[in-house]
Amino acid sequence: MIKQSISTTGNTPTNVVIAGLGGMGVLKASDILADVVFSAGLDVKKSELHGMSQRGGSVSSDVRFGKHVLSPMVPEGEADYLLVIAEDQVPVNAWALRPDGVLIEPSQIDEARLSNKKSVNVALLGVLSCHLPFSVEAWTDALRNNLPEKLQAVNLQAFSMGRAIGENAGRAG
Amino acid sequence: MAAIDCGVALGTGYPGTPSTEILETFAVLGGRAQWSPNEKVALEVAIGVAFAGARALVTMKHVGLNVAADPLFTVASTRLDGALVVVSADDPGMASSQNEQDNRRYALAAGVPMLEPSDSQEAYEFMVRAVEISERWHVPVLLRMTTRVCHSKTVVQRGTVTVPPPGAAHFEHDLPSRVMIPAYARPAHPRLRKKLAEMAAWNDADGPNQLIAGSTKLGIITSGVSFHHVREVAPEASILKLGMTYPLPAELMRSFAESVERCIVIEEGDPYLVEGARAACIAVEGKPENYRFGELNCARVRRILDGDCSPEPKRVAGKTPSFCPGCPHRSVYTALKNLDCIVPGDIGCYSLGALPPFETMDTMICMGASIGVGLGLRYTLLPEVAKRVVSVIGDSTFVHSGITGLIEMIYNPPESGHVVVILDNGTTAMTGLQEHPGTGRTLGHAKTGKVVFEELARTLGIHSVHVIDPILEFEKFQETIQSCLDKPELSVVIARRNCLLANRTIREYERGNDQAID
Repeated sequence: MIKQSISTTGNTPTNVVIAGLGGMGVLKASDILADVVFSAGLDVKKSELHGMSQRGGSVSSDVRFGKHVLSPMVPEGEADYLLVIAEDQVPVNAWALRPDGVLIEPSQIDEARLSNKKSVNVALLGVLSCHLPFSVEAWTDALRNNLPEKLQAVNLQAFSMGRAIGENAGRAG
Repeated sequence: MAAIDCGVALGTGYPGTPSTEILETFAVLGGRAQWSPNEKVALEVAIGVAFAGARALVTMKHVGLNVAADPLFTVASTRLDGALVVVSADDPGMASSQNEQDNRRYALAAGVPMLEPSDSQEAYEFMVRAVEISERWHVPVLLRMTTRVCHSKTVVQRGTVTVPPPGAAHFEHDLPSRVMIPAYARPAHPRLRKKLAEMAAWNDADGPNQLIAGSTKLGIITSGVSFHHVREVAPEASILKLGMTYPLPAELMRSFAESVERCIVIEEGDPYLVEGARAACIAVEGKPENYRFGELNCARVRRILDGDCSPEPKRVAGKTPSFCPGCPHRSVYTALKNLDCIVPGDIGCYSLGALPPFETMDTMICMGASIGVGLGLRYTLLPEVAKRVVSVIGDSTFVHSGITGLIEMIYNPPESGHVVVILDNGTTAMTGLQEHPGTGRTLGHAKTGKVVFEELARTLGIHSVHVIDPILEFEKFQETIQSCLDKPELSVVIARRNCLLANRTIREYERGNDQAID
C-alpha cells in the first residue's frame, strides 16, 4: 500500500470547458489544448461524455491543467474559460462558467473569412490562445500533431485568424 | 499500452461505449485484437487463450458482461494457465446506455477479483497488476472502469509497474480443473473460496490501495474516479482509496474506520463498499439514496459530506441526438409510421426512432430483444392488432443476439406470421463505425469471412426474404412491408444501405481489399 501525507501546494488548476454539437470538433479542440499543455510540462486532465454525440447531440469536454490536477471534471461555476462552438449551446453550458470567466463564442468569428467553415473550433482556440501562457509555436505544433496533413493549412489559417481577433479584443479591452 | 507492455497475446471484445477505444488502440499499437459477434463469444475465446498459457484481454461495456456472465461465473472456478483480464466499462449517469447497473456486483457474485482504476495512469498500472494477480492465483480478474475513467485523458508514465514476460503458449491436459461437470465442480468451488481468502489477506497487506493520512476528524473510504473528487473537495480529510475492491481489504478498512471520528464511504453507483464494510461489522456512513443515481462530481461529493439532500440545481437540457440528414433509418421509420406499425426495437442508432419526429419505436430492452418481444406480442394480441407488429434490429445487433430470435420465430411461428426488418447499414454505427461479421472485414478492416443475412435467413427456412434500399426504393420498401404484414407468413426484410458516415470509408476498404487480392 502507498502511504502519503497531505500536500498543500496551494495550486489551483486552470479550467476550460469546450462545448458544441456532435461533429463540430469539440473533442478535437480539447485534444489540441491538452497536447499544448502537456508539451509545456504541466499536469493535465481531460474528460468528456460522448456516447451518441456523432448524431448531432450536445457534447462537452472538460480540460483542467496546472501543477497538479485532481478531479478530471470542471466543478460547477469554476470554468475560467468556456469555449462554445455552437451559439445555441451557450445557455446549456453556462452553468460551468465562473461569474468573471471568459466566454468565447462563434459570433466572435467571421465565418465567411474561414477557408473551411468546419475550422470554427480551431479559430476559437486561436482566440483562447491569447488568454493562455503558451507560445504560438506550441499551438501550431499541437495542430500539426492532431490533424491530418491535408487539413493543416486551413486550420493554421483559422488559428491565426482567431489569434488576431483575440489580440485585438485584448487591446480594445 | 499496458496490454502491449504485458505481452497480451489476444484482445477480444464487442464494441460498446465507453469501452470501444481500448481494443482499437491496442490494435493501433501493434496488438492482435478482434471483434467477436458478442461478449459471450469474446470471453470464451479469451478463456481458450488463457488455457493455452498466454495472456488475454476482453473488453465490453457493463451490459456486455450480462451477456458474458455465463462463462464468467464458471471460469472463475477453473484453473487458468495464462492470464485473463475482463474489462467492464460501466456507465453511471447513462451517457450512452440503457441501464445504470453497477458491475462491482458481478465480482462479488461470481467470485472474481476486481481492480478499480481512478485515472489513466492507474488504468495502465492496474492492467499490469491484473495480469499479475490472474497468473498468481490462476483466476480471471475484473478491471472495472467507468465513463470518466474511460473517456478521460490524464498523463501516463509507462513502465511504472512491470510483470515478467509471458511464457510460451502450451497445452497441458488438466481435466479436473477445467471440465466443470458436477464431480469436478464441487471441489472447485471451495478451492475458489480458499483462493479468495488468500487474495483478501494479500489485499489487506500488499494490495494496490492508498492511505492518505490527514485529519482524524474525517475519514473517507473511496474508489475509482470519486477519489479525485474527494481529494479536491476535502483536502484535509484522511482518505483510504481502494484499488482492489474485491475481495475487500476488510482489516485495512476496519483499522482506518477506527482511526477517525467520522468515517464515510464515497462511491459512485450502488452502495457496494458500504454494504461490504457493514457486512464485516465496520461502522461507516453511506451516501443518501439520491446520490446513487448519475455520476458524482465535486459539487455532489461536497453535498454528501454536508449531508445535504436538498434538490440539486437543474441544468439546461442539452440537445438530444437525432438521425443524420440522409440516414437510411429515417426512411424505414417513415414507412413503419405510415403503416401504423407496432415496433419492438433494439439497440443502435435506430433507437432514435423512439424520439420525435418519428416516435415509432415502441420498446427497447437489450441487444436482440426486438425479435423475442415481437413474437411475444404476436402470440398474445388479437389477430387484427398482432399483424401490425414489426421487429426492427440493426445489422451488428442481429449478429450479436438476433439469430437465436430468428430461430425461435421459425420454431414457434405466431399464427399471424411475423416480420423482422434488419437495418443493414454496413457498420456498427453508434459506437463509432466498427466492423462486425456481417461486413466481411476484420477489426483492422481486412477482408475475411462474411455472414450474408439473406442467405442465413433462407437457410434457416424463411421463404419470404427481401433486400431493399430504403431510400432509393422507398415505395417498394413500404409496399413490401405492407404485403408481408398482410400474409400470415414469416418474413425478413433487409433494409440495406450504407451508413452515411461510414459510406466513404467502406468504399475505400472495399477498393483496398480488392486490390490486395488482385
